[in-house]
Amino acid sequence: MPDATPKSHYWMGFRAALPFLLVVFPFGLLFGVVATEAGLTTFQTLAFSSVAFAGASQFAALQLMVDNAPVLIVIATALAVNLRMAMYSASLSLWLGKAPLWQRALAAFVIVDQSYAVSINTFEDTPNLTIGQRMAFYAGSVSPICPMWLVATALGVWVGDGIPAWMALDFAVPICFLAIIAPMMRTLAHMLAAVTSILCALLLAGLPYNLGLLVAAVVAMSVGAQVELWAERRGAA
Amino acid sequence: MTDLYIWAVIAILGVGTYLIRFSFLGLIGGKDLPPWALRHLRYTAVAVLPGLVAPLVLWPDATGGEVDPARLCAAVVTFGVGMMTRNVIAAILCGGITLFALIRGLGAY
Repeated sequence: MPDATPKSHYWMGFRAALPFLLVVFPFGLLFGVVATEAGLTTFQTLAFSSVAFAGASQFAALQLMVDNAPVLIVIATALAVNLRMAMYSASLSLWLGKAPLWQRALAAFVIVDQSYAVSINTFEDTPNLTIGQRMAFYAGSVSPICPMWLVATALGVWVGDGIPAWMALDFAVPICFLAIIAPMMRTLAHMLAAVTSILCALLLAGLPYNLGLLVAAVVAMSVGAQVELWAERRGAA
Repeated sequence: MTDLYIWAVIAILGVGTYLIRFSFLGLIGGKDLPPWALRHLRYTAVAVLPGLVAPLVLWPDATGGEVDPARLCAAVVTFGVGMMTRNVIAAILCGGITLFALIRGLGAY
């Protein structure tokens, strides 16, 4: 509906992102708990969640920090986890690239998996939206998620050790990641990249400071790209 | 962990992550990327996340790094439901229920 107002597009985006609160809330809660257990103060934990604002990488960083890994290794590993956002950024730039710089600068700060996914789906389904309508939809899709991430982190800090061990919260992170990864297995290339990543990470688990994960990621990306090329050539032949 | 160490990680990670997010959207705007770069970037998520999760699933800290049947089954169920339904919430709920049922049933913690 190209004639609707930016305001209504904002609320369309908002509604589209609401279900993701179910995932963001326990994830943020767990970060608050784990960070506090690791010895971060309340202020540090909240600063971490608001400055980095990227759950998966925050967990990865925290895990290495507990092992006292050098800062460079912590940063390199966490940034590797966030590299997928360069892909999101590239793909969003096709749709939002003509917006004013200040809007793009703000939009970039809040790129998260879920908002990216619903926005791109909408932009591709309704390609005749104006740039203002697209930006409004995107802003709406991040609005429920961003504040909840911080509220959940704060609640996790507050509840802390009050969560009993039988709840096995340690496993919420693997379960959350597995649930996010599973729908990504769209093509043979995606699957082989994921299998490569798992095998390399397990084989190289003995390397210090998670270096194995970085190597595994680079090898897996190349495998994905090569399989895609091979599949294209086969499809063309 | 010293305060300086913690703040250094938070600050550098914050700036670095922002630069990654800003990269294409901020600097390149609407221009196109070379196909080889897109081809590699497309697999970033599936190249990093599975490798990050695999050791956590096989050798969980909670059991001192021993393979745990409850956690392993929960992981398989989560992934299986996620692949079949493509529904993140359904996958998380089924995985969580499996984990709690097995922890209770097997008497593990």
